[in-house]
Amino acid sequence: MFDILADRAIYMPIIVLMMMGLYVVVATGNLVKRLVGLSIFQTSVCLLYITVGKVFGGQPPILPPAHHGEDHGEGHAAEAGHAAAAASSHDAPVHDAPAHDAADHAEPAHGEAAHAEPAVADTGHAEEAAHGAASHAQDAVQHVADAAHHADAAPVHVEGAIDGVLYSNPLPHVLILTAIVVGVATLAVGLALVVRIREAYGTIEDTALSAADYSAETGGRE
Amino acid sequence: MMELLGALIPSALAQHAPVLLVVVPLILSPVAAVMPNGRIAWVIALIGVAFTVLMLPPLFAGVQADAVMSYALGGWAAPLGIEYRVDALNLPILALVGIIGFLCTLYALPSVADEVDEGKRAIFYATFLVCFAGLLGVAVTGDAFNVFVFVEISSLSTYGLIAMGAGRDRRALTASYNYLVLGTIGATFFVIGVGFLYMATGTLNMADMARVLAENGHDRVTQAGFAFIVVGLGLKAAMFPLHVWLPNAYAFAPNFVTAFLASTATKVAFYALIRFLFSVYHPDVTFVDLSSTWVFAVVGTIAMIVASVQAVFQTDARRVLAYSSVAQVGYMMLGLGIGSADGLAAGLLHLMNHAMMKGALFMALGAFALNYGVSRVKDLAGMGKSMPATSVAFTFGGLSLVGVPLTIGFTSKWYLILAALENGWWWAVAALILSSLLALAYVARLLMPIWFENAPTHGGAVPKVQRVPWLMAVPMGILALANIYFFFHAAPIVNLARGAANAVMGGF
Repeated sequence: MFDILADRAIYMPIIVLMMMGLYVVVATGNLVKRLVGLSIFQTSVCLLYITVGKVFGGQPPILPPAHHGEDHGEGHAAEAGHAAAAASSHDAPVHDAPAHDAADHAEPAHGEAAHAEPAVADTGHAEEAAHGAASHAQDAVQHVADAAHHADAAPVHVEGAIDGVLYSNPLPHVLILTAIVVGVATLAVGLALVVRIREAYGTIEDTALSAADYSAETGGRE
Repeated sequence: MMELLGALIPSALAQHAPVLLVVVPLILSPVAAVMPNGRIAWVIALIGVAFTVLMLPPLFAGVQADAVMSYALGGWAAPLGIEYRVDALNLPILALVGIIGFLCTLYALPSVADEVDEGKRAIFYATFLVCFAGLLGVAVTGDAFNVFVFVEISSLSTYGLIAMGAGRDRRALTASYNYLVLGTIGATFFVIGVGFLYMATGTLNMADMARVLAENGHDRVTQAGFAFIVVGLGLKAAMFPLHVWLPNAYAFAPNFVTAFLASTATKVAFYALIRFLFSVYHPDVTFVDLSSTWVFAVVGTIAMIVASVQAVFQTDARRVLAYSSVAQVGYMMLGLGIGSADGLAAGLLHLMNHAMMKGALFMALGAFALNYGVSRVKDLAGMGKSMPATSVAFTFGGLSLVGVPLTIGFTSKWYLILAALENGWWWAVAALILSSLLALAYVARLLMPIWFENAPTHGGAVPKVQRVPWLMAVPMGILALANIYFFFHAAPIVNLARGAANAVMGGF
């Protein structure tokens, strides 16, 4: 029993935050405090997502230096590689061979490499740079393809690893960036409404608002 | 007809129709926001909405040809990239939002000019375009997290639209605030559910999720995800115990907003619910099957009766119709809960029909409000004499809401009864008839003063017949007549609903 809880210790603060947030929303009569509760609730969900992305022993999802380049083409190839890593995480059963995903994405990466050529061509060392970009990108694609091949042929010693390197899952982070933006927007709209309510009613307490509405409806005869 | 229209759209556009549907209104929104006056902003909004309607024929053609139109955003293929996906289930929803959105936008110009301050109109139309794009986005996307983003895009703009009613009644502000709090809790519950599904499947693409779930089976994680998703989307769809935000939001928003939201927003959320219940989770799975019987059918039945009773006792005309909307969602829940393809088809049919009824009813109320400032039930007295055409439109909508034969309300209730009887659910049929009688009561409460009472006279002056601007009269007339027309020509919409139900039951 204790082991099970210890294994999932990270979920405890998340659940506590979640319940705190929801409780504040329900319990307080102050409109601003209610929005604070709402934000805490949303933040706990962000933490939940971030937890999902953590892979034990995993590195930040950046390709090793050997394949590190600065150009656009490689960037995309690298993404494809990460995506393969992303397909599995510690508590997510791998739904498919990551190889499959990597192979899928090697293709668009290739396309990008071709596109990179005209983009760099304006600069002084046009030819060289363009070739560099293309070959770099090709290297990366090759790297991903190799990884895919590896995963296909024989299980690598660490599940989900690419060339023996284990990456954390970057996808939840991206999702949560979006969710944070949504949360900020919600908070902004909510606070704007509270300002308007304050202007119209002169109060931001729930009970006082209900009383004001009630007396308006009955024409002041309570 | 459809083929003819489809041929007019250049193929380069038709190819990208699924994404243009969402992107064009979204891009036009900031354009509308910077326009110097409301009239020009309205033209921009109309262009955006009309463009969406133009994109519908290629979608119909595409779905007819291939059953599923898949669009890979940015060229990234499906399981990893975001997929926009049009099939037989969301095509009717897209058509509904597009066409009702177009009619409502036509209606908006005089109505909004009356109810919203001149300085805010440009922003108002911009917000409307964002809401419209968000609703279409929920319907068209095939990616679970994308559903969350679009739900929030449409909801955030909805809060703004509802609050615009504050010019006439300050209670719009508190209504909007309460909707914001509940709506955000709903959306967050939904995103928790999606998170659980992602933990269990390692994918966000809904078709891929369905495949992985079918292969791996279900465990505690997917069941918890299911519960979170049902509660989250149920809040957005105003499913019975989660409907408390709806009556005030509908009662105090500007009339145009109420007409638009009542016939599209809850429908889209309900579609998303069907998508998750039947496509991502499969109805054959035990806990899905059990919850559709014991949660959806039972709660839907309770909603049909309780919300109808509440509707009878409202003094505000729009609140009557708002509670009736909650009851109508109960009908759809019952259809979904029956669990057979026929039941789901009946629920979807009622979803489309209800959009037409409530569209016509709220538009007519908006026209009454424009000329006479009507908001309470007793203000409706004598409208039959002073605004006869609008009163007739309102009557058509009202009769359809009751389910009187010769209206589409009868068609969908008939199919619902047939589907319930197939399961031997006599109690559901009894509840449905009781709820229809209650609907008769609250619709009669609205119709009696219109036709049989005299307007209060001021110093013996006889009220003159007042005309409604044609921009309001035409969409209202179209929706009111649609309530009759589709009873006699039910085949197109019944086929749409059947096609959708069969497609869903067949899985992805």
